[in-house]
Amino acid sequence: MAQFGFFIDTSACSGCKTCQVACKDKNNLEPGILWRRVYEISGGNWEKGSNGGWKASLSTYNLSVACNHCEEPGCVEACPTKALYKEEKRGLVLIDEDKCIGCRYCEWACPYGALQFDRDRGIMSKCDFCVDYLDVGSSPSCVASCPMRALDFGEISELTLKYGNMKHIYPMADPEITKPCLVIKPHPEAETARSNNARVANKEEVKQ
Amino acid sequence: MLYQGYGMQRRAYGEQPVRGGCVLAAITGNIGIHGGWASGIGLQPGGSPFWNIFPMKNNPVRASIPTFLWTEAVLRGTDLSKEEGLRGVERLSSNIKMIWAVASNALINQHSNINRTARILEEESLVEFLVVQDQFLTSTGKFADLILPACMQFETWGLEDGWKYGEEVILMPQIAEPAFETKSDYRICADLAMELGLFNEFTEGLDEKGWTKRLWESYRSNRFPDIPDFDTVVRNNLGVYSLPVHEPKISFEDFVRDPVNNPLNTPSGKVEIFSPELKELNDPDEIPPVPKYIQEWESPFGPESEKYPLQAIGPHYMGRVHSTHDNVDWLKEAFPQRIFINKKDAEDRNIEDGDNVMAFNDRGKVELICRLTERILPGVVAIPQGAWWEPDRKKVDQGGSVNTLTSERWTPLAFGNAQHTIMVEIKKVR
Repeated sequence: MAQFGFFIDTSACSGCKTCQVACKDKNNLEPGILWRRVYEISGGNWEKGSNGGWKASLSTYNLSVACNHCEEPGCVEACPTKALYKEEKRGLVLIDEDKCIGCRYCEWACPYGALQFDRDRGIMSKCDFCVDYLDVGSSPSCVASCPMRALDFGEISELTLKYGNMKHIYPMADPEITKPCLVIKPHPEAETARSNNARVANKEEVKQ
Repeated sequence: MLYQGYGMQRRAYGEQPVRGGCVLAAITGNIGIHGGWASGIGLQPGGSPFWNIFPMKNNPVRASIPTFLWTEAVLRGTDLSKEEGLRGVERLSSNIKMIWAVASNALINQHSNINRTARILEEESLVEFLVVQDQFLTSTGKFADLILPACMQFETWGLEDGWKYGEEVILMPQIAEPAFETKSDYRICADLAMELGLFNEFTEGLDEKGWTKRLWESYRSNRFPDIPDFDTVVRNNLGVYSLPVHEPKISFEDFVRDPVNNPLNTPSGKVEIFSPELKELNDPDEIPPVPKYIQEWESPFGPESEKYPLQAIGPHYMGRVHSTHDNVDWLKEAFPQRIFINKKDAEDRNIEDGDNVMAFNDRGKVELICRLTERILPGVVAIPQGAWWEPDRKKVDQGGSVNTLTSERWTPLAFGNAQHTIMVEIKKVR
């Protein structure tokens, strides 16, 4: 079975959220529904030096996350009506809207915030990898829109060859939980993020 | 590589770091070489003009005033002098009685000291008639006596040339009809020209598409000989043409190689670290002939910092272009208007992330939700510029416009804005 995934270069991401807005534009998502979210990670300290000037030791970077179309998706497991499923062609996690009863169990089960409740329709919604674009040979809207070229997509084995096999960056969930299909190029400041007590600084923007 | 033009000039004495940068480049030998710099914001030398080539005709009005001093011109009228930047005439022939603001929320929202500007606009004995031509009911639009509703760019024909880094021409075809009673800016002007009996002189018999075609062909004949003709471009849905850049261009290369035969456009033909022209102005405290540090008129180092200890800056926000797009819900969701505060400053004031905070000084009050961040220097707060001013009944701005706090004082040499030079205090509210 093929397995598609996203690549995120967190060292290049400027946090401009063009991916997020391009996704909303393509999928016509109301405010409040974010199939792709950009997390601002921020931590560290400012200390006054002996010369009176400030010195910063910071860990700050941005992390753009949609759905990771996991190998072992918690959302699919949690869904009581089998509305969520992993499709065969590209291994994407998709939702059958006719079966969804809007119980939101999947929302609890996903460690990445990918499942988004559509209040108007009373059902869940999520990233479908722009599968209609893939079918005609185009890129997903988010990847195509990125002005920093920080996003890429494709067969996960090819992404791994191209960009390595890093599947985790602070403060994402342990990849062993759901085996996410993504490759991350870590921002250099991610190394000090834990010791700097970095946190998601824009929780309200990612509706966390 | 030095770079200038991204904010530091919009401060009190902003001329000094700008000239200082040039001097630093000169004395370190970084002019006219690869990777060097001489001035400005890094335009491609020899690149395109900033705006397109719509013919301007002959404007019989000789008077001009610095944009930033428009409130001064309204207040002083015929008393306005060259001390306030008046150019072209000794005195204005009348007070300013009418303003016609086109595609501009600059009048109230983007100009400094909004409460002062509002008082000036509200005073009927000054400007008696304000016309605003825009697509949205902006904060400026709310002061208008008359609003002329303009259509969107997508609803008319247009042409743009690239600005800054390259040579480009971009066709902007009409893809939808204007909504409701809106008209293009050009059509509004043409209709007014008709009332003034100047229709043919103004339009030269052309509509929006006709002008776009004429200007496209003009570009083709004088700058971009390789681009297809207008009809072909439209028919084939082309639209963007960039002149490829094959090698970096270097400013003042000729001057550095042979300064005698390639003098600079200065009185001496040389780099003027000491400027005799500036010395002539005889204001060494504020316009020194050699650039130097001058303590700003509102500064963390002055006595004013006891009452207002925090510097406030108004950076560009990623969700807006100045005040444009502040009314777009997807962008407000992505970049909500916030006041950004360093944790240290917040701790000193018992402010927590997400609290409602008031930023204030003698000129005004802004109420905003705060975002605590490590990404800003302690002692500095940021209120991204461009949010639309929304005063409540107590004149507290609930929209988050930094210009509620900024000062109308202009820079001494350039008559420019100094909107990043302000001191404020913040406190938690409710």
